[in-house]
Amino acid sequence: MSTEKRVQLRARVLPWLLLAPQMAVIGVFFFWPAGQALLQSLQQQDAFGTSTEWVGLANFRQLLADPSYLESFRITAVFALLVAGLGLALALLLAVMADRVVRGAGVYQTLLVWPYAVAPAIAGVLWLFMFAPSIGVLSYALERLGVAWNPLLDSGDATTLIVLAAVWKQLSYNFLFFLAGLQAIPRSLIEAAAIDGARPWRRFWTIVFPLLSPTSFFLLVINIVYAFFDTFGIVDAATRGGPGKDTAVLVYKVYYDGFKAMDLGGSAAQSVVLMGVVIALTVVQFRYVERRVQYG
Amino acid sequence: MLKKVTLAALLLSLGVGTSHAQTEIQWWHSMGGALGDWVNDLAKDFNASQKDYKIVPTFKGSYDESMAAAIAAFRAGNAPHILQVFEVGTATMMASKGAVVPVTEVMKLGGVKFDPAAYVPAVAGYYTATVGPYSGQMLSFPFNSSTTVFHYNKDAFKAAGLDPSKPPSTWPEVALAAAKLKASGHKCPFTTSWVSWTQLESFSAWHNVEFATKNNGFGGLDTRLAFNTPLHVRHIENLANMAKQGLFVYKGRGNAADAAFVSGECAMMTGSSGLYANVKKSAKFAFGIAPLPYYPDVPGAPQNTVIGGASLWVMAGKKPPEYKGVAQFFAYLSRPEVASESHKRTGYLPVTKAAYELTDKSGFYKDNPGTDVAVTQMIRKTTDKSRGVRLGNFVQVRTIIDEEFEGVWAGKRTAKEGIDAAIKRGNEQLERFQKANGK
Repeated sequence: MSTEKRVQLRARVLPWLLLAPQMAVIGVFFFWPAGQALLQSLQQQDAFGTSTEWVGLANFRQLLADPSYLESFRITAVFALLVAGLGLALALLLAVMADRVVRGAGVYQTLLVWPYAVAPAIAGVLWLFMFAPSIGVLSYALERLGVAWNPLLDSGDATTLIVLAAVWKQLSYNFLFFLAGLQAIPRSLIEAAAIDGARPWRRFWTIVFPLLSPTSFFLLVINIVYAFFDTFGIVDAATRGGPGKDTAVLVYKVYYDGFKAMDLGGSAAQSVVLMGVVIALTVVQFRYVERRVQYG
Repeated sequence: MLKKVTLAALLLSLGVGTSHAQTEIQWWHSMGGALGDWVNDLAKDFNASQKDYKIVPTFKGSYDESMAAAIAAFRAGNAPHILQVFEVGTATMMASKGAVVPVTEVMKLGGVKFDPAAYVPAVAGYYTATVGPYSGQMLSFPFNSSTTVFHYNKDAFKAAGLDPSKPPSTWPEVALAAAKLKASGHKCPFTTSWVSWTQLESFSAWHNVEFATKNNGFGGLDTRLAFNTPLHVRHIENLANMAKQGLFVYKGRGNAADAAFVSGECAMMTGSSGLYANVKKSAKFAFGIAPLPYYPDVPGAPQNTVIGGASLWVMAGKKPPEYKGVAQFFAYLSRPEVASESHKRTGYLPVTKAAYELTDKSGFYKDNPGTDVAVTQMIRKTTDKSRGVRLGNFVQVRTIIDEEFEGVWAGKRTAKEGIDAAIKRGNEQLERFQKANGK
């Protein structure tokens, strides 16, 4: 912190002017919809919005009285942990490997970044195709190996399917940041450790990994938010929350109630709850996990 | 010189534009594949038949997607004129006063003579309000009405040593045929699309028992689910047993099973009669259509099956000339020759009695065995229990049934447990709808 350079802007207007575009974007795409969700969560509307009634906290009461909603929290927690955990671990592994590649590094890196450009719903459909019972390439292979695979009726299989799709979709993003983080680590540090006799494994855990911790922490927050908010397309395309409600993560229910069932009040109440959960999680992460982060 | 030519061309094109002061009418629909071609042809033919109006059909994705899109568009003030809404959305549309214009009203605005009695009763009755300010009025235009039928693969029947001209007509016969198909190496003897629609709603009407109280919702918003009779439990148990033995293979929610039948993977399925167009276009095997199976020991069975498919709703807030165009278009669609052609092409029901008679006279049913199945199932005199099912929050109720029954197909719970859980959660939805709209 001591080496931080402070740039003083003379004028008082200029900093605000520079911030303005970003503030406008945040205002229009975050604060405005969030405010709308807050308002709508206290209302009951018919589908077309021709009649609106203020119902106070009725939408929230109803949610809490629904056992399947509470169960959905557990499902979401498992899902988010798996997605963030697997996503970070795999991306780190790939980044470390790609960092070592001498020839054709560009090709590897481009290919690894590619999936990020794929829309979530398409990712869902892609994995659905590969794993669809009877027509999927991979389910055919699994059947050949004697593994019973049926995500339509087996919740373990269904969860595996959406976790794989969600991880794959986010892998590129994680990979990109890890790779950049790795390349920012001074070679001299690693070389010095090598001269001191540290083996690769030890060099990784005592030097590389701690120096990567700001990146890892940032990615952890992003991945949790991603798993909570940005995965309804994958779930809708791959499992529709089934079998039963076993893959109906919180955000999928928001999507289903709002866009399929046209219950905007109930859907808005859920997004408010979800917003609360993610804010709380982010605060916790910053308070407790960030302490272990070493900024260079 | 060049300038003059372009100027002349410009004037000419302007002139062409103004002489055809056409009123454009937006029509959002959910017809994909062969059915999408059908919708586009209808619009094209209507547009060619007159020059005042231009119907512009737009495919907006599946039924729930196009409904969501239309609702968002309505809130933003640019809804389409005509919206195709599936039958389960009917109660929602009926409750949305101020967002829609009843079709009887549209016809009056358009100065088109409109006689609801010309329409097939089981179809028109479904889209006619029974309570509320519009009671007795037909609210939407019956467009593509289907019903549940039994599709089967004749080639697979032959290979299994079954008689392809004798499809099973009862559920015990379905199980026997499935066993034979399995013995012949078939991996998916029987499957079904739309579990709730085929195995509960139509099943109930077919056996003349209630799916929900208050005449399946026609008698008021205080309707509650009633599919926990011994007959219902017996049927779901039966299917669960078939699932355990690999005779019934669950292929997913909605119409996911359709593809498994068309591809030849599944040999028998219960599903929409509207699948006909796609089977005819894509199936590489001889196929047959038969009436929905029933239990022969149930008195009064078979009664009639219930309606599915969709109808066309007219959105509020448009200009009078536009409504005139919509009325003209609907009148065009109801012409006997047009309606009959649609029926023959798609497998959807003929919407008017005249269209049915015309189709019959043309000898189509004789030349295409099976195409009359849906019609004969529907054209019978209905009872209060069999007129159809019209529930609020029906989309959710159907999803709940799918969710609870998946546990049954997986063998994790009994049929009775699945049914009871579905009824309990489904009734919460009905209560909620009653509270929100029962004023």
